[in-house]
Amino acid sequence: MTETLPNQLAEIRDEFLAVDERTRLQLLLEFSRELPALPQRYADHPDLLERVVECQSPIFIFVEVADDGVHLHATAPEEAPTTRGFASILAQAIDGLSVDEVLAIPADFPQMLGLGKAVSPLRLNGMNGMLQRAKRQLAARASV
Amino acid sequence: MPIETDNSPAFADFAHPERLVSTAWLEERLGTDGLVVVESDEDVLLYEIGHIPGAVKIDWHTDLNDPVERDYIDGAAFAELLSSRGISRDDTIVLYGDKSNWWAAYTLWVFTLFGHSDVRLLDGGRDKWIAEGRPMTTDAPGRPRTDYPVVERDDSGIRAYKEDVLAHLGKPLIDVRSPEEYSGERNTAPAYPEEGALRSGHIPTARSVPWSKAVADDGTFRPVTDLDSIYRDGAGLRDGDEVVAYCRIGERSSHTWFVLSYLLGFENVRNYDGSWTEWGSAVRVPIAIGTEPGELRR
Repeated sequence: MTETLPNQLAEIRDEFLAVDERTRLQLLLEFSRELPALPQRYADHPDLLERVVECQSPIFIFVEVADDGVHLHATAPEEAPTTRGFASILAQAIDGLSVDEVLAIPADFPQMLGLGKAVSPLRLNGMNGMLQRAKRQLAARASV
Repeated sequence: MPIETDNSPAFADFAHPERLVSTAWLEERLGTDGLVVVESDEDVLLYEIGHIPGAVKIDWHTDLNDPVERDYIDGAAFAELLSSRGISRDDTIVLYGDKSNWWAAYTLWVFTLFGHSDVRLLDGGRDKWIAEGRPMTTDAPGRPRTDYPVVERDDSGIRAYKEDVLAHLGKPLIDVRSPEEYSGERNTAPAYPEEGALRSGHIPTARSVPWSKAVADDGTFRPVTDLDSIYRDGAGLRDGDEVVAYCRIGERSSHTWFVLSYLLGFENVRNYDGSWTEWGSAVRVPIAIGTEPGELRR
């Protein structure tokens, strides 16, 4: 399964696995700081955004298919750094991949980052929910 | 030496006003010897983006729960945890956190299982502190390591197991989850992840009092007259009652345990931390659905 992981996902995974658990939490914090603000064109269209109910904090995502590949946009409050970190990881992991490549991302990618102990499996469910919803959005659009 | 209590008039009517401190009281005493501020949040990284100066972090899930068994950590692990945070057995602890102290109350309850005597809640929690523009920092607290003694956990007074709840049926039970979870319409809190109970509903005869009813809009606890009308008039609790509170995994009900024990003065309140994720999956336990408490089958 791991050999099919696109490069940028494998890089993120390796970045997490290379450090101890405390540092993984810090790395997640750095990702959370890197989550870009929602582009204005989506900020003005809350109807396009999908709530990720698997997350404890309010987070909304939208998956965009552009000429240069897929982009994941997300918005979550500043006081939800863990959720922001999850979204930021996925946004960077997915960015620029083709629709088929995103659909082929293993559903257990969030479990590959070694965050289970540092964050707790329960919280990690939030990232599973985000990934599933992103893939569902793409699949729905591909079938139109 | 315990730190003096907060004599704010707002706390005077509570049964145990010494269990609460106000934001102003705490800010004046930051850095006092023998006082340790502890933050416990729902979000495992919230502390890292800013916390009360000097505060240490204890995470309800990764620090307080046993990593393998569904139970709390044991005395040795608790001693190691508190030593690593620079806490001594006779320190006064002030707990605060996000979501109206939901998780801070849970940590307070676990500290109480280990008999740490002086644990208090910051009324209004993290949000009120920030709203009032009080100091925050990302600096590490830098508390030197301590040698916290190994004290065995004592579950007998304030923790109920499933068997205890079965034996308790017929006496007051408070279900502190949302009305939708109580009625069985939903299995999880609105907007919260699935935590896997196989059945929906509530424990028969339990009265529904969502935990957040005890909290005012600014995150502080409601005055005792309001709490009396919610828990005594509304839910029928009477002086001397033995009460068991439960929710989904025991966190929200820790908050209600705090309210009933320390604000209203009920002396026999236990938190059933197995809560709905255990009861709703257990074989051959009675369940009621709908908005009414329901009756016990003979």
